[in-house]
Amino acid sequence: MNARSRRRPVVLMAAALLFAGPSGVAVAEDMPGVTATSIKIGQTEAYSGNASAYGAIGRTLTALFKSVNEAGGVNGRKIDFISVDDGYIPPRTVEQTRRLVEEEGVSFMFNALGTPTNTAVQKYLNMKKVPQLFVATGADKWGDYQRYPWTIGYQPSYRTEAQVYAKYILKTAKAPKIAILFQNDDFGKDYVLGIKDVLGSQYDTLVVKAVSYESTDPTIDSQIVTLQSSGADTLVIAAIPKMAAQAIRKVYDIGWHPLEFVSDVSVSVGAVIKPAGVEKAVGLITGLYGKDATDPAWANDPGMNEWRAFMKANMPDADLTDANYVYGYGVGLTLLQVLKQCGNDLSRANIMKQATNLKDLEIPTLLPGIKVNTSPTNYHPIRQLQLARWNGKTWERFGEVISGAGS
Amino acid sequence: MIGLLHQILSGLVTGGIYASVALALVMIYQSTHHVNFAQGEMATFSTYIALALIEAGLPYWGAFLATVMISFVMGAVIQIVLMRPMANAPVLSSVGVFIGLLLVFNSITGWIFSYTIKSFPSPFEASRPLLGGFLSPHELGATVVTLAVLVAVYLFFRHTKLGLAMRAAAFNPVSSRLVGIRVGHMLALGWGLAAALGAVAGMMIAPVVFLDPNMMAGILLYAFAGALLGGIDNPAGAVIGGFAVGVIENLGGAYVVGTELKLSLALFTIVAVLVFRPNGLFGRVLVTRV
Amino acid sequence: MAGTRMLAIMAGLACAVAIAFALSGYHLFQLTMVVTYAIAILGLNIVTGYNGQISLGHGAFYAIGAYVTAILMSNYDVPYWATLPVSALICAAFGFAFGLPALRLGGLYLALTTFALAVALPQLLKYPALEPWTGGVQGIVISKPEAPLGLRLSGDQWLYLFTLAVGAVMFLLAANLLSGRIGRAIRAVRDNPIAAEAMGVDLALLKTRAFAVSALYTGVAGSLGAIAVQFVAPDSFSVFLSITLFVGLVVGGVASISGAIFGAAFIVFVPNLAEQVSKAAAGAVYGVILIGFLYFIPSGFAGMARRILQRMIPQRPAMLVRTEVGVRENGHA
Repeated sequence: MNARSRRRPVVLMAAALLFAGPSGVAVAEDMPGVTATSIKIGQTEAYSGNASAYGAIGRTLTALFKSVNEAGGVNGRKIDFISVDDGYIPPRTVEQTRRLVEEEGVSFMFNALGTPTNTAVQKYLNMKKVPQLFVATGADKWGDYQRYPWTIGYQPSYRTEAQVYAKYILKTAKAPKIAILFQNDDFGKDYVLGIKDVLGSQYDTLVVKAVSYESTDPTIDSQIVTLQSSGADTLVIAAIPKMAAQAIRKVYDIGWHPLEFVSDVSVSVGAVIKPAGVEKAVGLITGLYGKDATDPAWANDPGMNEWRAFMKANMPDADLTDANYVYGYGVGLTLLQVLKQCGNDLSRANIMKQATNLKDLEIPTLLPGIKVNTSPTNYHPIRQLQLARWNGKTWERFGEVISGAGS
Repeated sequence: MIGLLHQILSGLVTGGIYASVALALVMIYQSTHHVNFAQGEMATFSTYIALALIEAGLPYWGAFLATVMISFVMGAVIQIVLMRPMANAPVLSSVGVFIGLLLVFNSITGWIFSYTIKSFPSPFEASRPLLGGFLSPHELGATVVTLAVLVAVYLFFRHTKLGLAMRAAAFNPVSSRLVGIRVGHMLALGWGLAAALGAVAGMMIAPVVFLDPNMMAGILLYAFAGALLGGIDNPAGAVIGGFAVGVIENLGGAYVVGTELKLSLALFTIVAVLVFRPNGLFGRVLVTRV
Repeated sequence: MAGTRMLAIMAGLACAVAIAFALSGYHLFQLTMVVTYAIAILGLNIVTGYNGQISLGHGAFYAIGAYVTAILMSNYDVPYWATLPVSALICAAFGFAFGLPALRLGGLYLALTTFALAVALPQLLKYPALEPWTGGVQGIVISKPEAPLGLRLSGDQWLYLFTLAVGAVMFLLAANLLSGRIGRAIRAVRDNPIAAEAMGVDLALLKTRAFAVSALYTGVAGSLGAIAVQFVAPDSFSVFLSITLFVGLVVGGVASISGAIFGAAFIVFVPNLAEQVSKAAAGAVYGVILIGFLYFIPSGFAGMARRILQRMIPQRPAMLVRTEVGVRENGHA
């Protein structure tokens, strides 16, 4: 029965084609999940489980598309956004993605969360030729357009970011002694790989110590002590906000003064710098691409005010210090641009074509000068960063906007 | 050498965290013979209540006391409403309920208080680090609080009638009833006290690790390990166990196997100890009459 | 009576097979996972429900089974079906080895030890020295089996039927084992170890073997799960998996064979239900459903089914009552 109901749209489409006659060229293509008045979009998100903090992204997108629909939708079509929970557990991602594709009949998957979760369905979606758009993960592998032409990433990859840091270190110090603190998973290890990319054969001599922590570890004090005793003068912190805040505080407290870098994941003034202590973070360097809602620099920024107005109107109870709301808004706007560019041809092939044909798209939540660019051979939509230093009050950007190498 | 000393000290500080939660586990075990897996999440929830009270303008110690009392009531109510009707259920079903409670508390905390990490004030604040950064005033103060709680728990169970009655109620409910102990009240009291101890632990831990809904996820496991290492029927043993786990973990991670196996090594060590001392280092061997 | 029971089982199996031709791919995938988890929960039940050794770490055996299959398939091109016996053997060996220290530990202490195993396993899977096999944090992607030549079935249909066949065989073997002499000894050890020993049961041997069989079942389930999901990674086997299996055990019913199937259905379907109720607090809804279920039916689905059966067929309750008592006694152990 289900198989039959799935086939029905195809039959209708064929009928429409017959009636349209020879002039109906525009509807010649099969457009699953699309009707004259709506388009179905799927997302898997962590609404439960230990990554449920990211559920805020899914809720932002739901609110954003709702407000777009109230204003008439995109090209006259309402967005039917189906965001479902996978608990950040890959087997459940497979189950939920199949449900979205086979039962709900979504046109494509958008901004699904997580590296292991997206990896679990990448092959399936590519075999079915269902676009896997703007996945919510900073792993480097989402730009592999040759093997996986239906999968495209979004934010700058962690690896690119680490390469930028390594280049900066090599530029500023003659013989740096580098220490790395990284989370023992794909996120943390990408930073180690990025630094290796730049240092090459020098890695073993320049990196004096690299230690990991588990995301469930209560503290990282022991790791910081180990890194300090290695005699390093440079520290790269590839950690989530909680651990980054602990690390910044501990480094200061034990009187260690390395040249200190922190992952772009942990730049929130409200959630990292303030808990660690604004004075303890002075001199900290990071690579930014988006605006931080809690940085006073953007208190009167028109772009961020647009976001604040959206939040006030659509999610009045949300905690505005949570960076996920900013992220969700930005990636949602990116998708709206793709849909606008698609016009009336919402076939999966055209959606993928337009998603890989974004030219200098400006998003109000991105830093000035950082734009979204894609092409059939560039599946890294945001590949620019700008270095910034914490001056005790705000992130002070310095140097050029740097374009990462990507892969 | 300085490095080694520093590792041991920082291990003791982390161990103090485990010890404080281990005490709450001992409390619930002594009074109900269950181990509540939701203990950590309940403590996190209590800590958020404290933060809300402080943000509402209460002075620290006022919020502290209020939180301890609210947590006590919360624990007792859970026992009366949820656990009492399940008194005759299989023990495995109780564990299932604890898991359910864990999920509920974790999810509700995130929902109400959001997932961003927050800093939590310390009563011992003085931003200057002690001993060249080896120790912060808060860490010292928190350790003192943990030891004070330990003494209180020890005296309570060993030298008060109520403590004795609670142990009896958990150990042999039927006989206890025969000698006039109100077993139901004792169980509710035990849950309340455990929740209150958890709240104290949460408020001491939060300034160190920062407050977020998953704050206790990793800590509870180590606390569990510490309590069993020392002997779950012995408050002092549990505290020593907690400290030992912190130090073992740090030294193992820093000098033996590297951080990539730090957690595994700590757990393996504990299991190895338990194989030789199946009731923990300081636990009593229970002799059961058949 | 045995005849009607056999008939009921055959009818159930026939229905399960027929479903393969009535449902779409996605639903078949879900059912494949239900059968997979049912085998895993049955494995956990053998050691925890029947033998009284509480394990909170069976996700580790599930993970080992899954990894054995994934490694054999991706590194050595072993066909998927041939990985099952290998995975069964390896997991049984792990289970036996683990059962040895477990002998010395009782109750909570064993629960912690198993829990520790489950917590440590993802870290071990990520260990750099093992990366050539395990794929490290990236995990291993494997390809989906096709129906054998000549069978006109879709991949999903074939995989479901294959899993169902493996499951049916394993359930029948377990039922056979547990209802026989060994099964009685296993339960006797749980209910009264001293009496069991006096009756000539070798406690150590029996307990370690129960652990081995249990790990074997859960490991094979892990292999089937890996084949269905086509991906293994350390994140798939966090400690949460062990807890999920444990939840399936208590919800289905302790020391019940058919309960495992219900428990598996619970852990596959209820999270989706919870998420449809509230996205803001999906975990809380799941927790409430779980607590509510155990609150009203503390002996699990199987316990409830037994009670209903008793009421319907009052003349033959002897065997059923005995099992119920066993469960209760375990409760106070």
